[in-house]
Amino acid sequence: MSQQDLHALGVAELAARLAAGSVSSVEVTQHFLSRIQQHNSLGAFLATNPDASLAQARAADARLAAGERTPLLGVPLAHKDVFVTRDFPTTAGSRMLENYRSPFDATVVRQLGSAGMVTLGKLNCDEFAMGSGNENSAYQPVQNPWDSSRVPGGSSGGSAAAVAARLVPAATGTDTGGSIRQPASLTGITGIKPTYGRCSRYGMVAFASSLDQAGPMARSALDCALLLSAMAGPDLDRDSTSLDLPAVDYATDLIAASAQQTGTKPLKGLRIGLPTQFFGAGCAPDVLAAVRGALAEFEKLGATLVDVSLPLTELSIPVYYVIAPAEASSNLSRFDGVRYGHRAAHYTDLTDMYKKSRSEGFGDEATRRIMIGTYVLSHGYYDAYYLKAQKIRRLIAQDFQTAFTQCDVIAGPVSPTVAWKIGEKSADPVASYLADIYTLSSSLAGLPGMSVPAGFGAGGLPVGLQLIGNYFKEAQLLGAAHQFQLATDWHQKAPGTAT
Amino acid sequence: MALTPQDIARVANLARLELRPDETERTLHQLNGFFALVEQMQAVDTDGVEPLAHPAALLGEVALRLREDIASEPNQREASQVSAPAVERGLFLVPKVIE
Amino acid sequence: MSNTTKSLLVHGYEVVIGFETHTQLTTQSKLFSRAPVAFGAEPNTQASAVDFALPGALPVMNKGAVQRAIEFGLAVNAHIAEKSIFARKNYFYPDLPKGYQISQFEIPVVQGGVVEFFLDGEKKSVRLVRAHLEEDAGKSLHEDFIGMSGIDLNRAGTPLLEIVTEPDMRSTAEAVAYAKELHKIVTWIGICDGNMQEGSFRCDANVSVRKPGAPLGTRREIKNLNSFKFMQQAMDYEVRWQIEQIEDGHAIQQATVLFDPDTGETRSMRSKEDAADYRYFPDPDLPPLVIGRDWVERTRAEMSELPRVMAARFVADYGLSEYDAGQLTQSKAVAAYFEAVAAASKQPKLASNWVMGELSRRLNTEEKSIDASSVSAGQLASLISRIADGTISNNAARQVFDALWNGEGQDVDALIEAKGLKQMSDTSELEKIIDEVLAANAKNVEEVRTGNAKAFNALVGQAMKASKGKANPAQVNTLLKQKLA
Repeated sequence: MSQQDLHALGVAELAARLAAGSVSSVEVTQHFLSRIQQHNSLGAFLATNPDASLAQARAADARLAAGERTPLLGVPLAHKDVFVTRDFPTTAGSRMLENYRSPFDATVVRQLGSAGMVTLGKLNCDEFAMGSGNENSAYQPVQNPWDSSRVPGGSSGGSAAAVAARLVPAATGTDTGGSIRQPASLTGITGIKPTYGRCSRYGMVAFASSLDQAGPMARSALDCALLLSAMAGPDLDRDSTSLDLPAVDYATDLIAASAQQTGTKPLKGLRIGLPTQFFGAGCAPDVLAAVRGALAEFEKLGATLVDVSLPLTELSIPVYYVIAPAEASSNLSRFDGVRYGHRAAHYTDLTDMYKKSRSEGFGDEATRRIMIGTYVLSHGYYDAYYLKAQKIRRLIAQDFQTAFTQCDVIAGPVSPTVAWKIGEKSADPVASYLADIYTLSSSLAGLPGMSVPAGFGAGGLPVGLQLIGNYFKEAQLLGAAHQFQLATDWHQKAPGTAT
Repeated sequence: MALTPQDIARVANLARLELRPDETERTLHQLNGFFALVEQMQAVDTDGVEPLAHPAALLGEVALRLREDIASEPNQREASQVSAPAVERGLFLVPKVIE
Repeated sequence: MSNTTKSLLVHGYEVVIGFETHTQLTTQSKLFSRAPVAFGAEPNTQASAVDFALPGALPVMNKGAVQRAIEFGLAVNAHIAEKSIFARKNYFYPDLPKGYQISQFEIPVVQGGVVEFFLDGEKKSVRLVRAHLEEDAGKSLHEDFIGMSGIDLNRAGTPLLEIVTEPDMRSTAEAVAYAKELHKIVTWIGICDGNMQEGSFRCDANVSVRKPGAPLGTRREIKNLNSFKFMQQAMDYEVRWQIEQIEDGHAIQQATVLFDPDTGETRSMRSKEDAADYRYFPDPDLPPLVIGRDWVERTRAEMSELPRVMAARFVADYGLSEYDAGQLTQSKAVAAYFEAVAAASKQPKLASNWVMGELSRRLNTEEKSIDASSVSAGQLASLISRIADGTISNNAARQVFDALWNGEGQDVDALIEAKGLKQMSDTSELEKIIDEVLAANAKNVEEVRTGNAKAFNALVGQAMKASKGKANPAQVNTLLKQKLA
């Protein structure tokens, strides 16, 4: 088994090689660690700790030697730097948390670790998960492996770039308004944000509590299913918003489905709803073309396409950008320089210490969102802004339920354009909020959503197809995506960096 | 609903942020642009609509889970203070708090 | 609404007081974290990731705190909300690690309720607006650090029940009486240990004044009153200060003030600009608290008799006055002691007098609680029985009580014997004494025959003296009257 090929393998395949004993977890880990080193310029990683990674790899090898054969054992991954880890610093992409060391691991990290996965490092992201291009990272921007002058998307930009460039077979991301789906779309990988409450938020540096969700990012729906099986599940003792629903094995069904190819119409009976609002003038023609091409494939697989309507789609932008910053402004109050994190070197009194520490520690976008959030919650404005937004949120969620009476999954683009140039959008940050239009509404409703590589657009840049399911329908989404990926090979395309 | 520099100052103070004069100017401009967008919300009729604070609430009553009253967390001061800016005898030090 | 009698006015002004009391609940762990709650531990050793507000920490609700809130609501006849909401109260302070306190704002767990008590024999009724659950903040320590403060988060996250009254109180005395009654209730039902020095029971008094009939005046809030003595002093000072201000033509500005026990004055705290804008919003980390009616009913059934109910029972069953019944139900321990004495002696009124009188005096002087009484309920019951059956007089009983208290002996009858305190029971001996007294006081006898009561009492006194206090005064009275008839 050539070392060179290891990074060409996905999670499932690596797991199989490890189980077969043709390679050890230590070898796999070393291979990826040196790739990470090689491709430092991508800016995907913020921290590595080879000693810790190799210790985990050795432990995994011991379990393999003892005869354990579980689906993720010995396979490496990396975590978005909003998941706290004991073995690595956690920065959330911010100077506020430079060198912060958490005394505990996020539940999701712990669960993947228990499954035998090996952590290679922490991945770059927009500061406190606020952004759509990873340009808001306080440390460095991340380059899109398909074109180093372009963004990989955000906020899980480091995760997406690392997977796309084959620096890791899989990564964790978080999605609050599209931060898994959009970077997956812009880098040609697969990612899923599950139903709100499916994965524990314990140990995820909080951005917007009623929206944040952890999810896997990898190169196929099957790989995502393997990770999601270990990530999802109730965390009743630590997260009051975690749903009391048993963990699900998402992968076995997919594998069984592959084996059971009864005919050429495996998706017969699946109704795919296309919201008219997702296919209008706001979406670039090259993106629409790729999306329609992918949908045509779904039809070939037996699915039916129906038109549906999500009338409040445009309003999801102000609604999200009132609610998320409001919650964030409160969640970020704990960063005050008292117990951890950045404290200013010079200050005159307590209030000055707070102001200087926070202003020095937070970047522009985080500051802007805290300002917006503080304003919409402040006396006299709460009813007109925050409360109003939460009411419209219910209407948005109800719109989806209406649509789901006519279809099983909803599909459309993830992003109105392919990846843009680094620096292109920084002049008008608020304008970039508008590009989140297709992902925000499902986040507000708490619905699961996926991005699946669907082809390429202008400049040979990746385009993702979004699939949105009803509550708890992750299996259905993964299943449909998996069938699509059995019949097509967009998800297998790799950028130059990947060789 | 245009914001004024006084609004910016008030909000910055509430949030314990310090904006330089040029930042204030820029923030004012950006936020005014943003709130023009937010005004769209007023056009939606939300009479009689309950806010959706927890997404799962759409499916039915979501109730707060209650845990048994057991003190199971051990002393973890050292590990928790490892990233502290200033600690003395186990206490976090800050500029004097004046009442 | 209680009536204001003219006599309550201070320099012609009506005093209006409302209270907010923070009671620390007697749970093992904190409201949203599993760290222990205990006073006096080394700094920051009783704090979890949740209490340190570390990135990624999340709150998980303590059932024991909810249980105690329900118990309180039942004790004050309040409505227990079927659904209540936790909200974030946002402000910056070093002892508030998250930069917000999780509290309840629009919809609290306990709504309404009333606290009843006696003030100078008059029954008072203070309405509660609400009681809600919230977390306590940490502590700032200033003494050992120059120009710095040390922050200890052991207390951060401790469950509090904040109890808010309507501005129903019309005198500082009434306010203190309310606070004492509330203290009794929460310690009686066991939801709070009531230790004011340790900060388990902290009162904020909202004080304003107005001319009778005028709208409510601007109130100032006196924070953190944690002794009944200082409470009275502080409010009295504040009332006088406000009246002086108004008389001098100054309007009262809303303010938060602290009481300085050394100077006896209240002074305004450093103003917290924008302090009022807490930007409350429902905490997205916590779904609504749902309390089913069956939980409430189960709690109601399991609660021990409440002080009000017990007091009413004492009035009905023992014929005690409402005031006395109120006194005897000041704590479970006192009530239990009283009932034991009453049951064993079958003399509830005597028992009441002795528990509230002699015993109470001794306990207060020696700063002892009734659990540490040197005279047991059984002993007091025996003593009272001997008074009731005429064996000893009240005076003699006091001597026996003394002896018991000082440990001179354990057995009532033995002490009576040893001290020779038995009342004369032999009527013939007493008659002999009375005859002697009458013979020796012929002048008084004449006076008595003319209707002079004083002369009669003097004869009684003489007889008692002659009997060396062993005569039963009632018998002396009867016999004297007979002989003089």
